[in-house]
Amino acid sequence: MAHDRDHDDEHGHDHAHGPRDPEAARLALRAEALEALLVERGVVRRENIDAIVARYENEIGPLNGARVVARAWSDAGFKRRLLADARTAIAELALPTGDAATPIVVVENTPGVHNVVVCTLCSCYPSSLLGLPPRWYKSPPYRARVVREPRAVLREFGLALPETTELRVWDSSAELRYMVLPERPAGSEGSSEAELVALVSRDALIGVALAGPPR
Amino acid sequence: MSADPLATLGGSAPPRKNGELHFDEAWESRVFGITMSLHEAGAFAWGEFQAELIASIGAWERENGTSGVGFHYWARWLEAFERLAARKGLLKSAALDACVAQLAGRPAGWDHPV
Repeated sequence: MAHDRDHDDEHGHDHAHGPRDPEAARLALRAEALEALLVERGVVRRENIDAIVARYENEIGPLNGARVVARAWSDAGFKRRLLADARTAIAELALPTGDAATPIVVVENTPGVHNVVVCTLCSCYPSSLLGLPPRWYKSPPYRARVVREPRAVLREFGLALPETTELRVWDSSAELRYMVLPERPAGSEGSSEAELVALVSRDALIGVALAGPPR
Repeated sequence: MSADPLATLGGSAPPRKNGELHFDEAWESRVFGITMSLHEAGAFAWGEFQAELIASIGAWERENGTSGVGFHYWARWLEAFERLAARKGLLKSAALDACVAQLAGRPAGWDHPV
């Protein structure tokens, strides 16, 4: 299981062209029929579907989470409020806070404690802050293994933590979503909030990487 | 103070999706959009869909294990949505099957006009 960032680009599917495997064709047809029927019955509107897909593809992404982290690194009062009540603190930044029914909890990495997030049963994820989850987050191996052997899984992501670091694995659910507040990288003391944003990757917000300059 | 620190960030902003495509196939994005659209319109609580998704993924893993080989997340999502839609009376499986059969009967190349 390759957990590096390139993993998701390695799929050699022949998407729209060439012969498709029958299962892919069956699913595409079923989805097409589903949309056609629901539109015909007035249950959904194609424009709404278009708008939602565009929103998730172009607007909502880990940049939101990165902005929350950069503010927390820059403003101790904000960080305190974020850890105590993430939803209210995130609203201060005029960022989307997601579904009110599923509160977000921010867990802080410290020199002795590293947090990592999973959804063992499906794919729960703080989408308002991170966008849609990456493929590996939804994959059976990650979901099954990160609870059992977090240290080994993190090593596969290229993150080797000292044996003395305590690992905390947070299982997201329909009721609660988690985001990691990474440690502020050494050497970033003089950085502006805007510069700090660029140090926070999606993977750091899930806890499978540290914050730092993009590799 | 500037409300948007990114206004000055320019080209060094992290990619919003970390360079990743969310959907391999167009139908996956359509099914996602349909689900979110109905949820936002109040057709079901998110937990209701979540329960179907968990059931679909769980059943697949009990049959196929957790190696991930052959796992297709959006196929599980589609199955979950179909079940929820049926339960909510939005769409009966029989109607969907009939529509699928009708679409499948289109002549080859119907979507590739010369």
